[in-house]
Order: sequence, then C-alpha cells, then structure tokens
Amino acid sequence: MNMELIQPFINSLDAVISETMRCSPRIADVTMEDGSYQRTGIAALVILSGDIEGRIILDMDAAAAGQAASDLSEIAGAPTDETIREIVCELTNMVIGNSVTQLNDRGFKFRVHPPELYLLDVGPRGTLDSETVLLRFELPKGAVYLNIAVHENSRVLVGS
Amino acid sequence: MEFKPLTGEDKPKIRFLVVDDSVFARKNICKMVEAFGGEIAGEAGDGFAAIAKYNDTHPDIVLMDITMPKMEGIEAVEHIVHDHPEACIVMVSSVGYQDNILSALQKGARHFVQKPVKPEAFYEIIRYVLSETSEGAPTAAAEAKS
Repeated sequence: MNMELIQPFINSLDAVISETMRCSPRIADVTMEDGSYQRTGIAALVILSGDIEGRIILDMDAAAAGQAASDLSEIAGAPTDETIREIVCELTNMVIGNSVTQLNDRGFKFRVHPPELYLLDVGPRGTLDSETVLLRFELPKGAVYLNIAVHENSRVLVGS
Repeated sequence: MEFKPLTGEDKPKIRFLVVDDSVFARKNICKMVEAFGGEIAGEAGDGFAAIAKYNDTHPDIVLMDITMPKMEGIEAVEHIVHDHPEACIVMVSSVGYQDNILSALQKGARHFVQKPVKPEAFYEIIRYVLSETSEGAPTAAAEAKS
C-alpha cells in the first residue's frame, strides 16, 4: 500500500488524540493484514468513495475508550456505554475528516461518508485492490487501532 | 476558561441552532455556546431536520456540520439561504479542505471552523461573524462569490 495514503491518517490520529485527550499516542505496531479484522473494543467505520475508495475502522480497546469518554464528556462518574460509543464515533469522524483534508489538499478528490458504529466481531477481509494496514497506537491507558483498507482510483496527483 | 457573554445583560441572548449527526458533538457544541452566553434555539441531526428547525425557530446563528446522513450540511445551507438570505451560518466540520470551504461559502455560509473545535478560536469566530452581521459588512461568503 502507498504510504502516501497512510501517513495522513497517522498524523491526524496523533493530532486529534493530542488535542482532545491531552496525551501523545505512540505507534506500537504496523502490520499488513490478509485475514478478517477482529474487533478489539468499541469501533467505528467510515467509507470513502472517489479517487480513493475503501474503508477505515477506528477501534479503541476498553481502557482507551473509557479514558476518551472520561476526558471528552467531562461528566462526573462512569460514562454510559452509549456515551462511549458516541465519543468513539466522533473521534473517528475527526480523525478521518482531518486525514481527508490533508489528502484532498494533495489532489485526491473523494467523499467521506458519516461514521457508523462497527459491531461485527470479525469483519470483512481486505481485497487485492484494498490491502489492509493495521496500525496499533498505545495511549497512557489502552490502545487504539486503525484498520485501513483503501486503494487509489486516480494516480494523477497535484505536483506529481 | 471564562468568556465575556456575547451580548450585554440588558440584551436578549444570541440564539443558536446546532446541527450535527453526532449527539456527542451537539452536546459539546451546546456546552460551548452556553459558556459563551448564548442560548440553544434548537438542535438537528441532518440537513432536512436543520431546514425544518430553522423555519420553526429562526435562530440568530446556525452551527452546521457537513458530513451528515440524509442531507449534507452544504446542501442544507443552500436551501436555508435561498429561503432566508439573512441566515447566518457557520460550518463546523472535521472535513476542512479548500474545495469544501469554498463551496460552503459560495452557498452562503459565513465562516468555517474545523473540528476538533478549540473554544477560544470558536468564540472569536462567532464574535467576528456577529459583528459582520450587525454592521452589514461584506461577509466571507460574499468575497468567495466574487
């Protein structure tokens, strides 16, 4: 997979988590996946269509999702499951939105669809067109996974 | 951080319509609006609901997300501004690339704020948009059209 497509997602996750959770995520692992994706915790999926097509899943394990809910909701006491799911969806929206902004400014034109809660325990495989990269980021509490299965439809880039 | 209220004590509060498909994002924005001394006139979760809510509540400012189900924010801006040219709409979205911003401004939005929203910057943008509206000065939208 083209690293040019992946780097904006890494940058955006770093920026959004730093801004909203006041901590720095650390990339702990990068793997190419050829099997089905196994969800770890609370996950949301975003579909892209256009010059870049595919799907991205942001998956937070229980510790990271709980910490995000606590940091973002500013609610005293334990956040509800519903609040945690909403917060993971909104974090996904911000990470993907910021990535899309960077990719668009590099000449890729595509549409981002609203995030949906990803409930499958074991998801679809990547395809020959859309290899899957799994990135694991460590937070002070827990881990965040970005599962990226995208491919380019257009290879004409601005400035290339 | 404390914010000086958007209007003086003797004046009515500025009324906001908050449009976002994420319940959490709406709550978060509503909390900021209240911290700025504003009032929530209504909330909507998609473009269609935003148009209906605008017609019901006639808010002073609309804070509009872009990526939403059923009808996206930019299309909703076009409909609202078509029917209410005086509408004051600020886009609030994580998708902040140039084409999107220009398109929103050309359809009649007054400004654009990228998520994650920083309350201090958000407050200044709202004050700026309100001052432009009250002075009748040319808006960012008018400049984008020309």
